[in-house]
Amino acid sequence: MNDFLQTVDWSRAQFALTAVYHWLFVPLTLGLSVMIAIMETRYYRTGDEELKRMTKFWMRIFGINFAIGVATGIILEFEFGTNWSNYSHFVGDIFGAPLAIEGIMAFFMESTFIAVMFFGWDRVSRRFHLAATWLTAIGANLSALWILVANAWMQYPTGCTFNLDTVRNEMTSFGDVLLSPVAVDKFTHTVTSSFALAAVVVVAISAWYLLHGRERLLAKRSIALASVFGLIFSLAAALTGDRSGAVVARYQPMKLAAMEGLYDGERGAGLTVIGLLRCEESRSSNSDAFHFKIEIPKMLSVMSYRDSEAYVAGINDLLAGNPDEGIMSAGEKMRRGREAVAELERFRQARDAGDERTMEEIRRKFDPSTEEGESFLREYFAYFGYGYITSPEELVPDVPLLFYSFRVMVGVGTLMIVLFAIVWWLNRRDRLERRRWLLWIAIMAVPLAYMASQAGWIIAEVGRQPWAIQGMMPVSVAATDIGSASVATTFFIFLALFTLLLAAELRIMFKQIKIGPDKGDDKE
Amino acid sequence: MPSILVKIWRFYADGFRNMTVGRTLWLIIIVKLIVIFVVLKLLFFPDMLTGSTDAERGAQVLDMLTERNDNSL
Repeated sequence: MNDFLQTVDWSRAQFALTAVYHWLFVPLTLGLSVMIAIMETRYYRTGDEELKRMTKFWMRIFGINFAIGVATGIILEFEFGTNWSNYSHFVGDIFGAPLAIEGIMAFFMESTFIAVMFFGWDRVSRRFHLAATWLTAIGANLSALWILVANAWMQYPTGCTFNLDTVRNEMTSFGDVLLSPVAVDKFTHTVTSSFALAAVVVVAISAWYLLHGRERLLAKRSIALASVFGLIFSLAAALTGDRSGAVVARYQPMKLAAMEGLYDGERGAGLTVIGLLRCEESRSSNSDAFHFKIEIPKMLSVMSYRDSEAYVAGINDLLAGNPDEGIMSAGEKMRRGREAVAELERFRQARDAGDERTMEEIRRKFDPSTEEGESFLREYFAYFGYGYITSPEELVPDVPLLFYSFRVMVGVGTLMIVLFAIVWWLNRRDRLERRRWLLWIAIMAVPLAYMASQAGWIIAEVGRQPWAIQGMMPVSVAATDIGSASVATTFFIFLALFTLLLAAELRIMFKQIKIGPDKGDDKE
Repeated sequence: MPSILVKIWRFYADGFRNMTVGRTLWLIIIVKLIVIFVVLKLLFFPDMLTGSTDAERGAQVLDMLTERNDNSL
């Protein structure tokens, strides 16, 4: 393997490492901020001091998590420039605009009001403090919106045109980028599932208090709120996840086929509930892909196209093509992509030779306002990224990783719905405290919830491979050509640093939970 | 207006002065950012796109996009 390929792999590993650590903090921030705002609203309405005490306690947990999460987020954005400079330039303001809005508006908004939240309890009016708490929650979730819009564009690039002279994509419609089906789906599914995860954490910490016979009122009230909140949003996550399947089927069919281990497309395709995949060398068709599997007949067709007889494309269809179903072969896409890249090469040669006439001729091909340009962009440049693919097999993402990640995510998500419903019911009838086994299960659900949340991102990001931008730019072209030794060294520095930070966060958080609401520090 | 600014300044100054857990968190954040932005940036990540204008940086990216089209990846 040459040094540059090693650089690409190390850069991918480094970004994945940073993203995985960052995502340990983000979902709790998103959901807990909203739950705190609800708690404080109830305090504002009733004047019940116990609710104020409860709000302040959860606010402290939120603060610890938020502070460390911010730092990892900054590193992620930093890596776009250091490790993925071609990508960063190529995506231009499409990626830059949402990130800039996130930085300027949402991040500053939440940071400003966080100060009021923590420092302002006895210094601003109750109404202003409540407003600050809600604005912090809204700011945190708006931050997520802009980041997810940028990520969604990588899954489904839309609302843009390519500028040949600056070699970057330019936004033509902010609305198309913001409201693309992938962006809407990604935001709703990520936020609802994050809310559910935060509810699991609140229920678990409260369960720990009940197991130790401490803070019983605070714990029961926290569980009352978190179990309803969790139940609502885990159900919402299931609904948005269902929509997600339909969106992936339409815009990223290879991701769906890999998630399902579906090699041959079929009408009335079944959804595999559980299964054991054979090793890679043995998998070539539906008949030899699994050792065993249990499936729900026709369900994949229903989930993908809301039609039990709809055709769902398999990996083989997407590689070899299937004219009957209107599926273009990977080979044809690669041929068209190479034509587009060849035009770029011709433009470079003309630029180097100072040949303005040829440059102007090629510029017309990239001009969407002309008939020639519109046709070239649709028929050839739309497959630009395929021009860098050397073999159709490169287009298949890691099937086992996607297949099992999907089942972990859905399986744990389903368990969460059941857990929230049981906990809510028993807590409401004041019988939860006696079910110590259930309290332990609630605590053990925390790592499961994080696992499901990470699995969701694995599906989203590994499923997009080999693309940095779907169909437009493979990761091998997106990466910066720096020495692999530098990236490998920094990977291990990050690994050590992030692990230390996680340990520090957990230590501080566990200490605060042990101390409890009263003896904890009021001023964070 | 100056009194509002003074009030805001005091609000933040008092808040930070009275922090306890927050101080540890700030320390963690600052150490991390120093490691990232100073040490790593200076030692491991040189500026790859050195042009001062979009067109200059675009020319560099164009070179890289076309060089990587040799199917040698």
